[in-house]
Amino acid sequence: MKHFFLASILAGALALPAYAADYTIMAPAAPGGGWDQTARSLQTALQQEKISGNVQVMNVPGAGGTIGIAQFASQQKGKPNALMVGGYVMVGAILTNKSPVTLKDVTPIARLTGEYEAIVVPASSDIKTIGDLVAKLKANPGAVSWGGGSAGGTDHILVGLLAKAAGVDPTKINYIAFSGGGEALAAILGSQVTAGVSSYGEFESQVKAGTLRLLALSADKKIEGVDAPTLKESGFDVVLQNWRMVAAAPGLSAEQKKAIQGDVEKLVKSKTWQETLKTKGWADTYLSGDAFDAQLAKDISATEAVLKDIGLVK
Amino acid sequence: MATFEFLLQGLLAAAQPLNLLYALIGVTLGTAVGVLPGIGPALTVALLLPVTYRLDPTGSLIMFAGIYYGGMYGGSTTSILLNTPGESSSIVTALEGNKMARAGRGGPALATAAIGSFVAGLIATLLLAFIAPYIVKLALVFGPREYFALMVLAFVTVSSAFGDSTLRGLTSLFIGLAFSVVGIDQLTGQNRLSFGIPDLLDGIEVTTMAVAMFAIGETLFIAAQGDKGPDKIEAVRGSIWMSAQDWARSWKAWLRGTLIGFPIGAMPAGGAEIGTFLSYATEKRLTKYPEEFGNGAIEGVAGPEAANNASAAGTLVPLLTLGLPTTATAAIMLAGFQQYGLQPGPLLFATNPQLVWGLIASLLIANLMLLVLNLPLVGLWVKLLTIPKPWLYAGILMFATLGTIGANPSVFELGMLLTFGLLGYVMRVFGYPIAPVVVGLILGPLAEQQLRRSLAISQGDVTTLVQSPIAAVLLVLAALALIVPLILRARGRGEVLSQMAASED
Repeated sequence: MKHFFLASILAGALALPAYAADYTIMAPAAPGGGWDQTARSLQTALQQEKISGNVQVMNVPGAGGTIGIAQFASQQKGKPNALMVGGYVMVGAILTNKSPVTLKDVTPIARLTGEYEAIVVPASSDIKTIGDLVAKLKANPGAVSWGGGSAGGTDHILVGLLAKAAGVDPTKINYIAFSGGGEALAAILGSQVTAGVSSYGEFESQVKAGTLRLLALSADKKIEGVDAPTLKESGFDVVLQNWRMVAAAPGLSAEQKKAIQGDVEKLVKSKTWQETLKTKGWADTYLSGDAFDAQLAKDISATEAVLKDIGLVK
Repeated sequence: MATFEFLLQGLLAAAQPLNLLYALIGVTLGTAVGVLPGIGPALTVALLLPVTYRLDPTGSLIMFAGIYYGGMYGGSTTSILLNTPGESSSIVTALEGNKMARAGRGGPALATAAIGSFVAGLIATLLLAFIAPYIVKLALVFGPREYFALMVLAFVTVSSAFGDSTLRGLTSLFIGLAFSVVGIDQLTGQNRLSFGIPDLLDGIEVTTMAVAMFAIGETLFIAAQGDKGPDKIEAVRGSIWMSAQDWARSWKAWLRGTLIGFPIGAMPAGGAEIGTFLSYATEKRLTKYPEEFGNGAIEGVAGPEAANNASAAGTLVPLLTLGLPTTATAAIMLAGFQQYGLQPGPLLFATNPQLVWGLIASLLIANLMLLVLNLPLVGLWVKLLTIPKPWLYAGILMFATLGTIGANPSVFELGMLLTFGLLGYVMRVFGYPIAPVVVGLILGPLAEQQLRRSLAISQGDVTTLVQSPIAAVLLVLAALALIVPLILRARGRGEVLSQMAASED
């Protein structure tokens, strides 16, 4: 009996008709994280919109995606049905891990979603504005401890960029890396650190409940419904988006690349994808073609510069 | 009181036949996947989450709760029967549980694990329902220095609980500590001891090490003995059910395990393993049968298993009250909640009481279902041990490999599994205990990172470590745990103590 149920559940989940363009999507991270969720949402949308028939997701976790990208570049070369999810974190990880395989070794297709970074303090803190925080940072950089995700990640980079924009030596910042957003959030709520940095989504419910005070966002313009200035408005020229993208295998012909771009565009405009974005709370920051390539190059060079400033990349 | 009404409503919804069926499917799937060594509850939930997408929210939550608790439980079965921990929090279970299984007491070991998990799950779920908001306040007081003090306490109590020779125990512990520094240093992002091998950048996976040391090392050891080895394992001696004495010895251990596991699970950087380590050390200290420790003491299974499940419920405290996912499993559960537009956080209990209480009711049902499913299976599981030795160990080898490959399909990982298996074999041959290696691998990075974080926050001022009252108390406890045995030994009670620290392999 048990086996019957098991079999029927699995059959329900797996039985799908076979189509010609069967994509394989690599999530260069463990199941459950942001990249994995993006890959699985892509899978669902591609199948439901009948853009592709049987879509497989495979996880290759490790080292900020650099293990995944190395495997992707070597094993999928020239395959027009192989996709990989990636993101801004990969840009930093490739630099800090001195990965021999970089984003130049794959074919970036499009940016799909993105999140902006937020700077918060606990509600009990005497720091009321981003100006207060920066004043403290200028007075004694070491006395301001920043809690955020892993060293060299997006959160760390934002602190480095802000210090630089405020005229503080980025090597002097006291950044405390925590494993994952959860542990960092606990340390911020418990006032273990002066301020916290993470994507806004991680802080949203705390900010609404009044336990954290939102000082600033790293967006390029003010976001509707969020009661905080951008860093730019506050006089610090820092814009940072933690984006996620989809890339294809290296060694594709212009035609093959175009076909994939077409499929991705169809996907992004589809109802299923737009609904997914809404339920997951992801912002649509779709950008493709030459505009994406240019933005990517800009992001890579800016990241390299700031990681050198912080002292993580020599 | 509204709390009870919501809980009753949730229980009524969860007790409908169709929902009970979902719970059954959930625990069955969870247990089945959780049994594979190397695949812990996090991966189980992640792999099976899509299965729940097609159901309505109630049904989905119920199946989900079943998968979660089932995955937590699955690991203990292989730990006990095959000495192959399915996840890091059932490593301690293997120590005494497998000894019991080999002495023909696999039935009681599995039963005390199942009932202990149920009791702990029940109490901890109720604690979650009624005192979560208070517990979470306590958990937030724990910053890096408090965690460091807790790790010091864990090191002291745990390392004295393993093995009869302090020198050998410490040697093993330091082997584990050395392995624990491999990979990207979390605080600076720099590589340590990775020798340019990308697969080593994320460090050494605890489950790979544990499965290799326990299962592969053991298999090699048995194979090397050939026909000269001890007689084949006695599958059943006496009843396969727990005797009156087993019950008498288990219930206190269950309760103590729950009390240790729940708060540690609720701490944002606690982790289920630490609760199981502390519970094992406590049981070893309090037992009336110290000579049995290392040879299959039932308390050594009952306590850690209870602690392990209580901390699974504890993990939900920061998740539901703060929206804080503190473990990989919790992070995946968060993704599960989000598919209903449910944003766990400080307002969740106020804005979505039906779903929260529905989840808590589902956990209670899943917990009961797990007991109903697993107790009758004990007889069947124990039969595994009647399989002839060559087949059994070949099977263990296959399961261990499959689990590791399943979790991370990499040739390098497989190579590590075999290398550490060889290391485990060599250590066994020369009489070094295995468990401290794994303990060092788990506790090492936690202690190191928390110490460095606290020093970074204080800008290098070492006195910060004792300035917090909680940290100071924990450090004093650790110092007492280190000094008191020395004084006792000096007063001529050394024999009792060395007996208490009876050997294990």
